[in-house]
Amino acid sequence: MMSTLELKEDKMLEVQFVGDDDVLNHILDREGGAKLKKERAQLLVNTKKIIKKPEYDLDEDDREVLKDQNYVEVLGRDIQESLKNGSAADGGNKVYSFQNRKPSEKMSKLASELAKTPRKNVSVNLKNDPEIMINIPQCSKRQSPSDKVQVKNNDKSEFLSTAPSGLRKRLIVPGSHSDSESEYSASNSEDEGVAQEYEEDTNEATLSQKIASQNRVVSAPVCKETPSKKMKRDKTSDLVEEYFEAHSSSKVLTSDRTLQKLKRAKLDQQTLHNLLSKVSPSFSAELKQLNQQYEQLFHKWMLQLRLGFNIVLFGLGSKRDLLERFRSAVLQDSIHVVINGFFPGISVKSILNSITEEVLDHMGTFRSLLDQLDWIVNKFKEDSSLELFLLIHNLDSQMLRGDKSQQIIGQLSSLRNICLIASIDHLNAPLMWDHAKQSLYNWLWYETTTYSPYTEETSYENSLLVKQSGSLPLSSLTHVLRSLTPNARGIFRLLIKYQLDNQDNPSYIGLSFQDFYQQCREAFLVNSDLTLRAQLTEFRDHKLIRTKKGTDGVEYLLIPVDNGTLTDFLEKEEEES
Amino acid sequence: MATSSVSKGCFVFKPNFKKRKISVPVEDYFNKGKNESEDSKLRFETYQSIWQQMKSETEQLQEELNKNLFNSLIEFLQKSYSGFQKNSRDWGGQIKLREIPTAALILGVNVTDHDLTFRSLTEALHNNVTPYVVSLQAKDCPDMKHFLQKLVSQLMNCCVDEESKEESILVAQKKTFCSMDSLSSWYMSVTHINKTDPKMPRKKRTSSGQWQSPPVVLILKDLESFTTKVLQDFIIISSQHLHEFPLILIFGIATSPIIIHRLLPHAVSSLLCIELFQSLSCKEHLTTVLDKLLLTTHFPFKLSEKVLQILTNIFLYHDFSIQNFIKGLQLSLLEHFYSQPLSVLCCNLPEAKRRINFLSENQCENIRRLPSFRRYVEKQASEKQIALLTNERFLKEEVQSLLENLHVYHTDYFLVLRCLHQFTSSLPKYPLGRQIRELYCTCLEKNIWDSEEYESALQLLRMLAKDELMTILQKCLKVFKTSSEEQLGSTAKRIEEFLAQFQSLDAEAKEEDTSGLQSKGLQKTDLYHLQKSLLEMKELRRTSKKQTRFEVLREKVVNFIDSLVREYLLPPETQPLHEAVYFSAAHTLREHLNAAPRIALHTALNNPYHYLKNEALKSEEGCIPNVAPDICIAYKLHLECSRLINLVDWSEAFATVVTAAEKMDANSVTSEERNEIIHARFIRAVSELELLGFIKPTKQKTDHVARLTWGGC
Repeated sequence: MMSTLELKEDKMLEVQFVGDDDVLNHILDREGGAKLKKERAQLLVNTKKIIKKPEYDLDEDDREVLKDQNYVEVLGRDIQESLKNGSAADGGNKVYSFQNRKPSEKMSKLASELAKTPRKNVSVNLKNDPEIMINIPQCSKRQSPSDKVQVKNNDKSEFLSTAPSGLRKRLIVPGSHSDSESEYSASNSEDEGVAQEYEEDTNEATLSQKIASQNRVVSAPVCKETPSKKMKRDKTSDLVEEYFEAHSSSKVLTSDRTLQKLKRAKLDQQTLHNLLSKVSPSFSAELKQLNQQYEQLFHKWMLQLRLGFNIVLFGLGSKRDLLERFRSAVLQDSIHVVINGFFPGISVKSILNSITEEVLDHMGTFRSLLDQLDWIVNKFKEDSSLELFLLIHNLDSQMLRGDKSQQIIGQLSSLRNICLIASIDHLNAPLMWDHAKQSLYNWLWYETTTYSPYTEETSYENSLLVKQSGSLPLSSLTHVLRSLTPNARGIFRLLIKYQLDNQDNPSYIGLSFQDFYQQCREAFLVNSDLTLRAQLTEFRDHKLIRTKKGTDGVEYLLIPVDNGTLTDFLEKEEEES
Repeated sequence: MATSSVSKGCFVFKPNFKKRKISVPVEDYFNKGKNESEDSKLRFETYQSIWQQMKSETEQLQEELNKNLFNSLIEFLQKSYSGFQKNSRDWGGQIKLREIPTAALILGVNVTDHDLTFRSLTEALHNNVTPYVVSLQAKDCPDMKHFLQKLVSQLMNCCVDEESKEESILVAQKKTFCSMDSLSSWYMSVTHINKTDPKMPRKKRTSSGQWQSPPVVLILKDLESFTTKVLQDFIIISSQHLHEFPLILIFGIATSPIIIHRLLPHAVSSLLCIELFQSLSCKEHLTTVLDKLLLTTHFPFKLSEKVLQILTNIFLYHDFSIQNFIKGLQLSLLEHFYSQPLSVLCCNLPEAKRRINFLSENQCENIRRLPSFRRYVEKQASEKQIALLTNERFLKEEVQSLLENLHVYHTDYFLVLRCLHQFTSSLPKYPLGRQIRELYCTCLEKNIWDSEEYESALQLLRMLAKDELMTILQKCLKVFKTSSEEQLGSTAKRIEEFLAQFQSLDAEAKEEDTSGLQSKGLQKTDLYHLQKSLLEMKELRRTSKKQTRFEVLREKVVNFIDSLVREYLLPPETQPLHEAVYFSAAHTLREHLNAAPRIALHTALNNPYHYLKNEALKSEEGCIPNVAPDICIAYKLHLECSRLINLVDWSEAFATVVTAAEKMDANSVTSEERNEIIHARFIRAVSELELLGFIKPTKQKTDHVARLTWGGC
């Protein structure tokens, strides 16, 4: 624990100093105004210049406060540019351009930008400023060790330029501040102290700078710098090179912060749902209008379906409700099958089964999918009065996007008396279909952008990334272990501890069985390796451990749960006992 | 009944009443939501009939186009079959006996059209060569076992449709066990039965009756996708059995014949006796389709320039698929009849005239509102204007004559178009396009004589040699002769006159030649003198400007063509009532046939104002306001990251934006709860982005997600 604390403090120091550098960059960026999307890979490189001319950032800082005009001007220019590009494409040129490497701080900066650009009032009040600053310490932490040298250089210069004594004082007495932007800092639990302190810092800095010089002369070169960079970029916009540049280094600089430390991170489906229900959807009037627009197409869809076309809906937003309304509006009198492609257990087999068993009332089994398909096809060809509508939500889901599934569904849909109306959401969904399949499907495309949340579609997947799975393993761990004997618990705890001790060792592949047995014996937990093996089988059955054969043929034991959860688990255990 | 459940993903709905009303007739959907008075029923019927006609026309066309190919194929099959029959004892024959006759059919890249070709090929073979035609696709035959199984079951089915049905049960049993041996013994038994049982009342095919033991034709539809091993094995095995199982292969090839040698090593390909067959290229196919469907007065329905352009572009740049082209045509037909109330007049002339009399008041109003008709009215005398706008009867009569004019316009139009095409299609560099569809597009778009290309084409025409000109004129004459129309009869006569004059020119020329042969001879000169004399000659020609008679005549011909073009090739927009027959909503066609889902997604995320017309969402390019939907904000933020995104940072950035947005709305809610909600919103946005395929979870680093896109989208 002590060591980690120390580590933290170390970090704090660093945070401090990169910060100012970042402030500068941030401000530079604001000069660029809305163009901030255009890259600035120079962020870190700048430091040297700053060392040479420390006055810059004094100047820049108050420019930032005072010169909104500049910003507005840039906006104006932007509008013109966009007009030139043609609004129809809607930034289409950006659609296919490659991304070049971006310094990771970008996001939070954009965030503050976005947060700051209010709807109408352009006046940027001082109050907002600290908010931006807060972001900076967080980001700056991401800098990799390689940058540290520069950082240090920088902070030396910082010490020289700004009031160094004040800074030092604050460094020695951390966390002594009370006021300022409570709500935001509450949200970042861990960095709270640092952030507050830091922001105090910058606040004062800006104030002092404001009083200090305002010489525009010095600032001019900095101003120039951004446009020239931009130009250069335009010239050397060799897309291929940019792409490889972006992919060249395997290392990506991101911060090391994890969600576990935010207590809010663990939400289960239910609470998530409850929370979201409290949010009142915005733009409901416009959304309704959109939906009405689409509803007017229902009869046309029906007509086209009946005439042998199939319909595919695309566009942002869940199309489930729309299709449901379509179903209840026009399909009530006909046989139809609704297929939830997003359902994790869906398969072509189940689709075909529900057609044969429930629609065609056939009680036999089939040797293979193709046989079944042939049977269905024959059935529908024989009986032309038979008519079936297939509604597939998310035709592009994980389970259905395979080549075989698509082929079979395509063959179904190519039948005259089977009509298919489906929705796709995935960005690359159309890649599922080659020409042959496309002609089977005989699609008519309809754009239905609804902006409605994909509630149902995302509810099955554990896509809520780590948040959900973070709580699940922990509770299952405790549950399983509670049902075990104290000895077994002890064995498991031993393994956990060993794993946690080795968490910084990148080549750690597990605890070898022999060592484990030795340790267990020493702790009087087992008396023979047979009993240990019996225990391990138990764990393995609950998927609590995994065994792996090492290169030397020795068995290694590993707990396939991330270390954070294990730490939590140990803490909990200790609390209870 | 709900359609969401945690235990199943398919929900079948059957309407309650058992007798299930023989579903709503299609035309009801055509009517619904539409004004009943606008003859929607009639329109739908017209649509149906025109579409049926077009469809059968295209099918017929396809058949005709394939006829040549099929004939030569059948010839080949018969020839190679007779090779089997000869059963010669000599050495060459024995060698030959080892080789499987193979037809490599090169069909082109438009894979989607192949099915149709194969279907008709199977039919043709079935009728002319052998009852045993089997076609296999690569996806059915991943290995030898499946290959043989498919082959056997299809073969047996071939004879099932002739023999009694009970045999099919036998087939099902046999299915489990098949080898080449069993196949050949089966074949022996079948042919043997046929031989010994001539009494059996079988409907003998006229041509196949003569074949004692008909060969088995195996079509491999997509040779490229077959695995080499299966192919090799099959070929080797079947070449061993060839004497008892007369097999003929047909390879369907989409790319080039080299693929055979790439798939099969020499040892195997030497077992094949390959002959190449080339099907008609799809571009020519398209030309004929256009010719038969659009460049004719046979069908009243026409496409505007934009629509035609889109359809041909999809064809040329996307798939080369005739089927798709026809589908586009069908869609435009449907859209036209669905959206244009006056499309009721889009039928043959006598019928249209009849229908005019029954037009409702509303429809008359629709006619009056047509821009082309308004333009027409404005050109009329004032009392006629009033009559047209107020008197319904008068209007109808006028519309009848207008429609007639439109019809005449079209007949003339296509004749002159073809004629012009004859002239321009052979010019160097093709200033007006090589294909008639390109010419047609230009003519539809604008006055063609205003274009530079037309000018240069005329320039080139003025330089044509006599024989070229005459062949072109003869072709034009043929074009005019084929039509029975009277209107342009005089033109045909004019062309005949021209031709006669050219011929007389020939006779005269001979005389002239003898007289006008200046015996200047070829003297030896130096360069300077040569130059000088050439300059003199040029000067002479310019000053005297004495054209030969041929030149005069040529000038006349060109002028004549020019006048024809200017008179008849007016763009359709100039014709009153053209809206009734021309479909011009190109954008709907593009939206539905050639949609761009990625761009739609990008636009929705990047510029919500495009869809949600709320002033608060208005912003300049590259920026979105912080009140935008959550997913847009999350998307925008994620664009700023490189390959990996730290979720914590992301969520904090998100929270910053969202809190800033909310500050304006309400300051009240307790901050803790609000943060919770914001976090939940973030989670939702992230998982939606995952669903859309922008990010995916990664194990590279804890609590990170990987970006899946590059650049803006």
